[in-house]
This record gives sequence, structure tokens and C-alpha cells, in this order.
Amino acid sequence: MSEYRHRLMDYLREEIMPHRFCAGCGCGTILNAFTNAVDGLDLDPSRMVCVSGIGCSSWIPSPYFKSDTLHTTHGRPIAFATGVKIMRPDLTVVVIAGDGDVAGIGGNHLIHAARRNIDLSVFMVNNMIYGMTGGQVAPTTPVGVRTSTTPHRNIEPAFKAADLVVTAGGSYVARWTAYHVFPLMESMQNAMKKRGFSFIEIISQCPENYGRRIGLRTGNDFLKKFKEQSIRIEKAQGMSEEELKDKIVIGKLRDVDRPEFVAELHDLAREQVEALKKEKIK
Amino acid sequence: MALDDNRRRYISRLEGKKYFILGDEACGYGAIYAGCDFFAGYPITPASEVAELIALELPRAGGICIQMEDELASMAAIIGASWTGARTMTATSGPGFSLMQENIGYAIMTETPCVIVDVQRSGPSTGQATKPAQGDMLQARWGTHGDHNIIALSPNSAQECLDFMLDCFDLADEYRTPVILLMDGEIGHIRESVEMPRLSSIKHKSRKLAEPGEDVFGGDELVPGMTHYGQGCNIHVTGSTHLANGMRDVTTQNVHDILVKRICKKIDESRDKIVRVEKDITRDGKARVGVISYGATARPAYGAVKRARADGKSIDFLRLITIWPFARKQVTEFGENLDAIVVPEMNLGQISREIERFVNCQVVSAPKIGGVPHTVEEIHEAIMEVV
Repeated sequence: MSEYRHRLMDYLREEIMPHRFCAGCGCGTILNAFTNAVDGLDLDPSRMVCVSGIGCSSWIPSPYFKSDTLHTTHGRPIAFATGVKIMRPDLTVVVIAGDGDVAGIGGNHLIHAARRNIDLSVFMVNNMIYGMTGGQVAPTTPVGVRTSTTPHRNIEPAFKAADLVVTAGGSYVARWTAYHVFPLMESMQNAMKKRGFSFIEIISQCPENYGRRIGLRTGNDFLKKFKEQSIRIEKAQGMSEEELKDKIVIGKLRDVDRPEFVAELHDLAREQVEALKKEKIK
Repeated sequence: MALDDNRRRYISRLEGKKYFILGDEACGYGAIYAGCDFFAGYPITPASEVAELIALELPRAGGICIQMEDELASMAAIIGASWTGARTMTATSGPGFSLMQENIGYAIMTETPCVIVDVQRSGPSTGQATKPAQGDMLQARWGTHGDHNIIALSPNSAQECLDFMLDCFDLADEYRTPVILLMDGEIGHIRESVEMPRLSSIKHKSRKLAEPGEDVFGGDELVPGMTHYGQGCNIHVTGSTHLANGMRDVTTQNVHDILVKRICKKIDESRDKIVRVEKDITRDGKARVGVISYGATARPAYGAVKRARADGKSIDFLRLITIWPFARKQVTEFGENLDAIVVPEMNLGQISREIERFVNCQVVSAPKIGGVPHTVEEIHEAIMEVV
């Protein structure tokens, strides 16, 4: 009898498995959804560059996903990815990083990439905490939560990152949770197919460093909670802020076509080269 | 490295001509001559003219120029682009250079070739935004955290801004490291006649490439070859401590030791090849006093040496072209028969302290800050005080 081998193992760096995510962590589920999304699209991983930052979810592509990877400094993956995409527009460039990276320290890169509408797919894993460093408050932590750096309680309102990207000009914006694996996978495919800046906020769980502070001790506890809290965007429209207070609005928040930055950039260079060809030498 | 047709067409229209331009603009032309494919930057005085020249001219030569949201992002973008095989650069001044330190460290650790132009202005902090200084000499060396080495060149004319850009890109590729062109506001904003080199006179060096599948972060060579994104090599680039194949290993003492020592050694061991100085030693060999300077300050410094000589004094002169790695051997030799070395610089003695480490004679710092360059008289006076 031949040894069991997962049908998606070819997409992973098998030599470094098993992965190091904690029991119950959402990152494994998201890696699963991502790998299935790539497989379903028939994308060749050797034509992809996966860029990540610093934090647990940055490990989803780096080192686990077998493609060219760029594991950058904290907060900067979108800026690094910008350079890659500009010089290799033919490659699919995906950023997978956490809420601390993308909405915290790197928030400015996020809004400017959305504004430019550069053809990147950014999958922001939002576990509402700085998990890797031991459970400090994040810009996405709900009000009232006690964390190691808000030991009395968090008084800062949480960022709604996907809403921010809608406002900043992203072409494709969605929000899902680690519970909604199939819609998430499909959404990742739509994001990677989209020519322009696409962004998915993936609400995920960290039982170790967040769950134990709010009484959700296992991954399952979280997933049940996500299921209860989630409300489809179509349903949420028309509801008051008060009614949506503890809800996670899921679904596709935006899907529009806008001129794409890298294509325009190369068009501009081509125009200039052609103009020079016609110029007479003085 | 061969320039493509677009680049050759662009350069063929310039070659042999003389332009009366800023040092910053000459630097921009130098980048185009060097085959720079991608520039990312953020506006800052007195370096903005580098970006402006490149924004105007680089697309005509087939290259890409973008303005990023800040200097952190500029540095990040040029590193990402470098891994596609592109020659990449950014330009800034002190405050922006401070912001870039994080990702300069990343470029060092991941051995990513790229060029950073720092047109120094008066600091710390915002300081005197429009005034020149040489206050980043040690920031260039030690600005990013952790043990490392760096290459930095210092031009003292607009022509050298152009010429040295070619050297910077070659050194970056040859040693797989960020290379810094340490200009100062004085040289950035000087307007001088610059001769556009002939295409035939330029020999670009190429980045050493690895075969697909080979380790690109270690092995037998001090400078491993690179593979690039999109070649199907599944390269794993990380700023964390890594093995020769790029895989992270952040707990094994030996792995970090081997990696960081090699990254330092690849530049240390090539010090003789990299270091360039210019000297004017008195013919009679009787000099007891010498002057060491660099960048814009080397101009009044040399003027002061000539004036002292006209007064009948024997004074030796050394100009540092390469700032890092430091010209240890050349400075030691220079100081061998001297009693004193005068070091004028537009900071409070940053390089003067470095010189002290390598000579046995007295080192007299002749600093000047506040955004006004030394005059010949001031340096002459400093020389005469020790003669």
C-alpha cells in the first residue's frame, strides 16, 4: 500500500512540515483555503511571488507555500510587493500578513497601494491581537478586552480594515472568517483574478494569546462564535451601527474596475521610449 | 550586464556632450548610464533633484520611476524589484536615510544589490533642511542594527556624482549588498560642467547568477550567485537568520555565526579591491603634517594645502573616495612619517575618530557645522596651527 500523500502537498514545502501553528490556530485553515484556491485556478506557483511580513500569519506563505517568497520586515510587505509587481507584471503577487502588519505598523502602505490600485492580492489575517509577541493589544482588538498591554481594558476602537480599503480605492474588497472556508476560497480566487488592488480581511482565531483572555479556549469555540456573529453584507445594509455593533459583516464589499497602476506605469514608459525614437538628434 | 536598445538609444544622444548641471542631476544621469531599471523615492531637500531628473529621463530610457508614500516603502520597493533581476536605487537625505535604515539592514541580511543615494544635510532631525552637512558618515556605517559591513563612496564634484553611480551599481552587484553614494548638500546642489561618457568607455559588471536549484544564500563562495523571481526556483528570501538554501533557522548559534561572518567578510576581504583614495604627497618627502578630507570639504581642504605649500610648507594630502570599507591601509601609510593629520569635515569629527584608530600621529579634527562649508582660510589656519 502506498503511503498517503495529500493531494495538495506539491504546493507546500514538504521538507519543513509539520507546520508550527498552535493547535486551534486559524492559519492552517487559511493556508488550506489558499492552496485550494491556487489549485482551483490552475495557477502555476512558479509564476507567483508570495510576500509576507512579521507575525504568525506571515508564515502561511513563508515558508510553507512553495513559490518564490519574500518574507519582509514588519509592516512592509505591501511596499516590497510593489517593487516586485512593477518589475514583473506577469507574475501573480500575493501578500499574506496579519492585522498588526497590514493595518497597524504598515497601515499607510495599505491605503496607498489601494489608492494606486496596484494589481496585488492582499490577504490580511485578522486575529485581533499581536499573537506572536504574546498577546498585546492590536489596532483591531475590540474595546473592553484585557490584553497584556491593556491590562485594565482596551479603550481604543478597532479598525475596520476592509472598510478602510473600500474608501481608499481598492478594486476588490471582501471580508470572511476562518469559519467560512468555501466562500473564502472562492473569494481568494476572485481576488487573484482581479486586475487591480484586491483585499480580503480574514477574521481568524488565536486561542493561545487572544482566546484565553476572552474565554474562548479552543479553535472550535472561536469558529462557533464567528458563525453566530457573522452577517452577510446584503443583510447588513440598512442596519444601524448599534445593531451591527458585535457583528462581523461578511461578503464582497466592493468589486469595481479601475485603471491598474503597473499597466499604466509601463504604458507611460513605452510612450516615452516611442517619443524618443521619433525625436531628431540635435 | 548589457544595456538594452532603449537604453543605448537614450545614451547615444548624450554621449560626449557637456552639460552644466547640478550634482543631483549628474547622479540621475549616472543611474541611467549604469542601467538602473527602477527608482523609488520620496521627496526631500536637498535630494529631490535626483528623483526629478530620473522621473523625467528614466522612462525615456525604458526604465520605471515611482514616488512611494515614504522612505521605508521606497527602500522596500527597490529591494523587491532587485529580486526580479532589476538594477534598482533610491535617493534621500538624512531624515529619509534614517527611515531607510530598517530595510537597508534587510538588504544586507538578504544580500540584495541596490543603491542608496544620501545627499547629506544638516541634522540631527529636521535640522537645517536646506543646508549641507556630512553628518551621516557613521550612520551610513552603523545606522542599521546588528553586525554588518557596508560600501559607501563620496564624490566631490558633479562629474563624480555621475561616474560614481556606475561604480555603485557595479559594486552592489559584485558584492550583493546595498551600496551608498554619500553625497553632501554642497555637491548635490553644485552646478558644474559634466561630460557625458561615451557608451564605448563603459564596462558594466554583471550580477553573478546561480544555476536554478543552487543555494543562493551561502555555500563555498563569499558572494553566492543569485537566482531571480519567476525563474521557477522557489527562492525563499527572509531577513531572519537563514541557511544557505534560504530557509529560516533562528535558533542555531552556528547558522547565524556562519551567515553574518560571511556577510561581513565578503566586503572585508575585498577591502583592497574596493577602496579608492586620491593623494598628493609632497615631492621632497619632508612633510610632517598632512590633511585628510572627503566630499565637498576636500575642495577647500586641497586649496588650503596648496596655499600652505605656496608659503613654503610641506603638507601631504589624502582624499577618501571610498568611505566604507575604511581605507585603513592607505591611512596608516599616509600617517607613517607625519606628526599630525588635520581632518576638516562638516560634522563634529566622525571620520577623524576613525582615522585615529589607524595612525600613531596626532589627529586634529577641524570640524564645521551649521550648514556653511569650510573656507580655504579656515582650513589653512587649522594647518598652520600644527605646522
